[in-house]
Amino acid sequence: MAQRIDVKDLNIFYGSFKAVADVNMTIEPRSVTAFIGPSGCGKSTFLRTLNRMHEVIPGARVEGTVAVEGVDLYGSEIDPVAVRRQVGMVFQRPNPFPTMSIAENVLAGIRLNNRKMSKSEGQDLVEQSLRGANLWNEVKDRLDRPGSGLSGGQQQRLCIARAIAVKPQVLLMDEPCSALDPISTLAIEDLIAELKSQYTIVIVTHNMQQAARVSEKTAFFNIAGTGQPGRLIEIDDTATMFSSPKEQATEDYISGRFG
Amino acid sequence: MTSTQPRTAGSTDPDAPPAGTTAKRLKSGHGDRGGSRVFRWVSTGAGVLILVILAAVAIFLVQRAWPAITADPEELASRISWFRADSLLGFVGPLVFGTLLAAALALLIATPIAIGIALFISHYAPRRLANALGYVVDLLAAIPSVVYGLWGGLVLSPLVTPVWQWLGDWFGWIPLFGGSVSPTGRVMMTVGVVLAVMILPIITAICREVFLQTPRLHEEAALALGATQWEMVRMAVLPFARSGIVSAAMLGMGRALGETMAVLMILSPGFAYSFQLLVAGKQQTIAANIAAQFPEANQTGVATLIATGLALFVITLAVNMAARAIVARRKDFSGAN
Ligand SMILES: Nc1ncnc2c1ncn2[C@@H]1O[C@H](COP(=O)(O)OP(=O)(O)OP(=O)(O)O)[C@@H](O)[C@H]1O
Ligand SMILES: [Mg+2]
Repeated sequence: MAQRIDVKDLNIFYGSFKAVADVNMTIEPRSVTAFIGPSGCGKSTFLRTLNRMHEVIPGARVEGTVAVEGVDLYGSEIDPVAVRRQVGMVFQRPNPFPTMSIAENVLAGIRLNNRKMSKSEGQDLVEQSLRGANLWNEVKDRLDRPGSGLSGGQQQRLCIARAIAVKPQVLLMDEPCSALDPISTLAIEDLIAELKSQYTIVIVTHNMQQAARVSEKTAFFNIAGTGQPGRLIEIDDTATMFSSPKEQATEDYISGRFG
Repeated sequence: MTSTQPRTAGSTDPDAPPAGTTAKRLKSGHGDRGGSRVFRWVSTGAGVLILVILAAVAIFLVQRAWPAITADPEELASRISWFRADSLLGFVGPLVFGTLLAAALALLIATPIAIGIALFISHYAPRRLANALGYVVDLLAAIPSVVYGLWGGLVLSPLVTPVWQWLGDWFGWIPLFGGSVSPTGRVMMTVGVVLAVMILPIITAICREVFLQTPRLHEEAALALGATQWEMVRMAVLPFARSGIVSAAMLGMGRALGETMAVLMILSPGFAYSFQLLVAGKQQTIAANIAAQFPEANQTGVATLIATGLALFVITLAVNMAARAIVARRKDFSGAN
């Protein structure tokens, strides 16, 4: 289920503004890769290009290639909608559909795939996904209540359940814990640790400890100044990055000397 | 999208007030509090005023209609030349029916088109085209109803007659299109079309606003699950806009219910409970009937007309309350929380 991602010479533009320049990296399957870096260095922008979500922003475009298991996502015959069904995304702010119940939220992606599913199959999938997101016990008695009635942390786990219900290859998470309290954050970190046995996970975070706790690899992005494009400074095993990074900038950032 | 603003404003924020002013502000909060008190009075006052006006209208209508309500039907018939019913209810009934039929027809035609146009403007058209279209729609709303009436009576009626004829020929087996199709086009169907055009701008404008307010977050949630544009609209935009669409439709219906000139100038009136939309001389609406009979009416006639006006008032209130009930029914799921 998990797949490897190869990014080559990727440049990302908003109109004429170059937001991210010359990214080359490999994201390993069945592992967690964390992106860290100061605000505005293009972490979210880059993350979105991994499932072509940047294309919903007017004027955004990329040069270069992103290959999932050797298939270039930006190939001419590739449908961005199909890409997003393979590469799921969890956002910074929890965003369950307010007009849908908890169960409907979980099944939202399945409905899109036009898969005919019997009622019991649907129920099974809801349970399986909610269990996968460590939310089942908290919501099993109110599956038909609106998703917006949950706490922030529960909503975020509901969004993760919704994302994994369609069984994607890759799961992208953009600061999934930044709106949550420490307990919910821990719950989600535990969840990430469980999910990585099945999915390729990429997580953006501003929290160094979190990066250190959950990820195998860490990528550090930086920006030279306003108006400059963000760049990938280095990517390495998380342990190495946090103990003896090759670049001075990485060490400065991690030890809190700037950013 | 996450925020692209720097998070570390805090102490280096150039707009931050110098230290010390905070304390002063806390002490002299009087100005602000006074302001909010005034605002509360004004808004409460406005709310009460609306209720008072509503009550005054109701009282006026009941009072002036009272002579007709209490009068003997035979007396009404003898005093009023156009009163051909055996009771006041028998007179008001067909008018209420005609009014509801016209408004429902207009709503049925206008709402889907308005939603389509609004969606196109908000989610499909390129920015420039969208702005231009929005502007045109707003302009349509500024056309006075007499103009619509003239256009409907002089231009549209003859134009649509062949279409109605064709409908009657091929779909006459549907009761709505049955009967002998009028050769003049002065029928309920034409009224429905003209009223639909009249209420289209307001419904479109409100729907467009509501669609544009769909949180980006929810749209992106749908897109990230692999929704196409249309699936995203169905998943995130339309459910979010549901109550807004209902409100828009009800506002449009309010206008259609009370519309006088356009109906007066197009419809050839009648007093039957008839669903035949293509036959002349079958239905009439309350507002158009009042406008048609009022100039010639004697005292009893005026009271009778006001009684029909009372019925229109009640209908409009009921429609609005029904709309509110619909909106409130699934409040938990509305996304307002
Ligand atoms: N929709 C947009 N249109 C134009 N420019 C954008 C847009 N979104 C982001 N940018 C720009 O692209 C650059 C990178 O932004 P991005 O949001 O990717 O940063 P980030 O690393 O995710 O920051 P943060 O940690 O604050 O989330 C910034 O200079 C930002 O101003
Ligand atoms: Mg970001």
